[in-house]
Amino acid sequence: MVKDQEFLKSKASYCLDLAKKMGATDASVTVGHSISETVNFRNKSLEASDRSDGLALSIETYLGKRRSSISSSNLLDENIKTLIEKCFETTKITPEDEFNSLPDKNLLAKQISSLNLYDETRFENDKKIKYLKDLEEAASSNKQIINTESSFTENKSNFILANSDGFCDGYKTSSFTTSCVAVAKDENSMERDYEFSSKRHLSDIKQASDLGNKAAEQTIRKLSPNKIGSEKISIIFDKRISKGMLSVFASAISASAIARGTSFLKDKMDQQVFVNSINVIDKPDIIKGMGSQNFDSEGVNSNTLQLIENGILKNYLVDTYNGKKINLQSNGRSGGTTNLYFENGNISYEDLLKKNSKSLYITETIGHGSNLVTGDYSVGATGFLVEDGEFKYPVNEITIAGNFKDMFKNITLANDLEFEYSVNSPTMMIEGMTVAGK
Amino acid sequence: MSNFFNKSDLTRQDADKLVSETLNNCDDGELYLEESKSESILLDDNKIKSSNYSSDLGFGFRAISNEVVAYSYSNEISKDSLKNSSENLKSTLKSIKGTYNHEIPKSNKKFYKDINPIEQKTLNSKLEVLNKVNEFLRKKDGSVKQVTASFAGEQKSIEIIRSGGESLTDVRPLIRFNVSVMLEKNGRKETGVYGIGGRQSYDDYLKNDNWKNVCEEAFRIASVNLESKPAPAGEMKVVLGPGWPAILIHEAIGHGLEGDFNRKKTSAFHNLMGEKVASEGVTIVDDGTIDNRRGSLTIDDEGTPTERTVLIENGILKNFMQDRHNARLMNTRSTGSGRRENYRHIVLPRMRNTMMLSGNQTQDEMIKSVDKGIFAVSFGGGQVDITSGKFVFNCTEAYEINNGKIGSPIKGATLIGDGPSILKEVSMVGNDMMLDPGIGTCGKAGQGVPVGVAQPSILIDKMTVGGTKL
Repeated sequence: MVKDQEFLKSKASYCLDLAKKMGATDASVTVGHSISETVNFRNKSLEASDRSDGLALSIETYLGKRRSSISSSNLLDENIKTLIEKCFETTKITPEDEFNSLPDKNLLAKQISSLNLYDETRFENDKKIKYLKDLEEAASSNKQIINTESSFTENKSNFILANSDGFCDGYKTSSFTTSCVAVAKDENSMERDYEFSSKRHLSDIKQASDLGNKAAEQTIRKLSPNKIGSEKISIIFDKRISKGMLSVFASAISASAIARGTSFLKDKMDQQVFVNSINVIDKPDIIKGMGSQNFDSEGVNSNTLQLIENGILKNYLVDTYNGKKINLQSNGRSGGTTNLYFENGNISYEDLLKKNSKSLYITETIGHGSNLVTGDYSVGATGFLVEDGEFKYPVNEITIAGNFKDMFKNITLANDLEFEYSVNSPTMMIEGMTVAGK
Repeated sequence: MSNFFNKSDLTRQDADKLVSETLNNCDDGELYLEESKSESILLDDNKIKSSNYSSDLGFGFRAISNEVVAYSYSNEISKDSLKNSSENLKSTLKSIKGTYNHEIPKSNKKFYKDINPIEQKTLNSKLEVLNKVNEFLRKKDGSVKQVTASFAGEQKSIEIIRSGGESLTDVRPLIRFNVSVMLEKNGRKETGVYGIGGRQSYDDYLKNDNWKNVCEEAFRIASVNLESKPAPAGEMKVVLGPGWPAILIHEAIGHGLEGDFNRKKTSAFHNLMGEKVASEGVTIVDDGTIDNRRGSLTIDDEGTPTERTVLIENGILKNFMQDRHNARLMNTRSTGSGRRENYRHIVLPRMRNTMMLSGNQTQDEMIKSVDKGIFAVSFGGGQVDITSGKFVFNCTEAYEINNGKIGSPIKGATLIGDGPSILKEVSMVGNDMMLDPGIGTCGKAGQGVPVGVAQPSILIDKMTVGGTKL
């Protein structure tokens, strides 16, 4: 069983009391406990089981404007005492930083509403095994599938965040995650693809056979790929890739990147950064949402933010420290975005495919080719050549490149948004990018 | 060395007994105990941004029978907690019986000292170096707009207890010093990053004001990039510089030669043992035994002493990298490549220091032989799709080559290639093998482990460069 609020609260107040007693002017502490159980399958039989049971503690102590932090997994009182002593000793010799402080008291979350993020259902390992058997049975029903690996993870977590200004709250969350990776082979090639599902509640997880079939289908269609020539071509990003554009955007508008001047979106507030049909929203209070939260990692209340309105940048993601640097109040985004999404476009998926006589549909990218300082983007890619709305043949060993500043202004979104993950996007088309191939 | 048995009600005798009893009917397994102390100190935006110390303690208990691995970890080292884990393992493996393999090779060699680098340098003197870095770079040139510098240090103590009570221990120091600088000139911004590190004390790396050299190198890379032009797009010849660019080898073929992917036949290399997979003259080893290197280990995380494993000899595929589990199932021996990020993770076969050895040609000859291509000197990260064999890496410093001469610097571009065929495209191997500066971390299945790479300059006849200029 995951530790209850009382246990975590008692550890947290022990830490705060101790820090205060040693002379800290302020302190904040997070105590968490998490239990995970995973079962792995390979080729329709059990491959591994894994159980983890982890406590985690992190403390920040302040002496005026001096601050330092410690973290540990050892929650024995004696160890905590030694660590807080060490932390406070370090605080004393760390230089002052005028922006160091706990969040403003009036911004702290006051009322915690239930977002239904915890499902106490216990899905025993035997049931996980049954689920994975069904999943792999479906995934391997086609002869071209030569290997399947799948897993099911059940996680239950609880935490308390407390600070010396009297904030003390936390809540339980759960997640159920299942995934399948398939390998297919024909006389020309061997290819791999995947499918996964992750939900707060067990009952929302996809059917085992649907997930297995999807993984297999996505893998088989990649067999016998071609390399295409180098050219400018319109690129369509599958939903699982288009949401990555939002993650890049979110990093570029974090108060930290803005304050440091290391973002290609610095000094763009209230300016057009996307084409004017685009709206981007970050919504923390979606019921059962994978990214939902009642408050951020500093305890600050978080409300829905419209980040982009009709293509115009309206908000940064602000935490206390970096907010003070750029004269903005925290908007409860210490720790990043919550449930981030593009609003739907007004063209159907089918029409998007047909929009150009020839386009490249990307299903996977590899490499770390996003430069947040310059906005330059260049990654390896796999996908399909689409002609007149039809998938013609798989394509791989190519790269796609552009600059986010231009790419954001050439986006067309389909109207197929679904709330599957913490970051969600409809299918996306970007015109004017370069493909490097043969 | 940590004593894991003075922290709770669990005695060594209890642990020995429980380990033997749990693993009695299994093929392999062990109790892995770990205590780590780590620090990170970061200067950013003219200030000491964070100073963090962290201590971590826990165990991971593993039992293997046939192809099934049961694993359980906890950060509470106690009788109850270990018993719970034991029950958990037994229930997973209840219907599968094995025969425990007690054999584990021994060695007295050690490749680094039992030091705690964190304690060997005072916090004040670390802060002083970071402030000096900031001042030095900002004074150096008006174009310097942002400086980030950091220290990261760690001491990890491990003990492995096997069935029968055999115990193996190791103490592993690791440090890293990093500088990143952003320049702005005529409205353009570019960053340069450089770092050094390994398994010695901070001062071993920072003596003779070596931090200045790290600053100069980061500044040089950023300056070069300020002048960079859009990179070309398409297939062309690529000359790679020596040292860190060997992450090409790590991505292109290293991962594909790890035992697990080959046992499962999901690697593009699984049926190529003994075959020619590289040009003649190409020899690649994975070596865990180089003194004080970031990727070196005295013993791996299963207790096997590390070694120098020849992967490709003169173009022919000779060995895969193995941990005990995959080695047993493939009827071979562990190469001391069983590694894990920490006690929270299962062991996987991983790389240590992956190196292409020197040949006889010079970098000059390579450049001169290229009509149109690029010269890549430094990289950010890379990634590979093991199954299709396609891999990428991102240039952070590269130049055009036109008619045998190095031309303008080009913007960061991704290079993409095919692992099983790329080494056949290597037409020249340089005589200038160099180790990387000690900064690599390899990710696999969500686990990061420190690794090293090395190579001489090489000429690749055909690779796709992912620029924007057609």
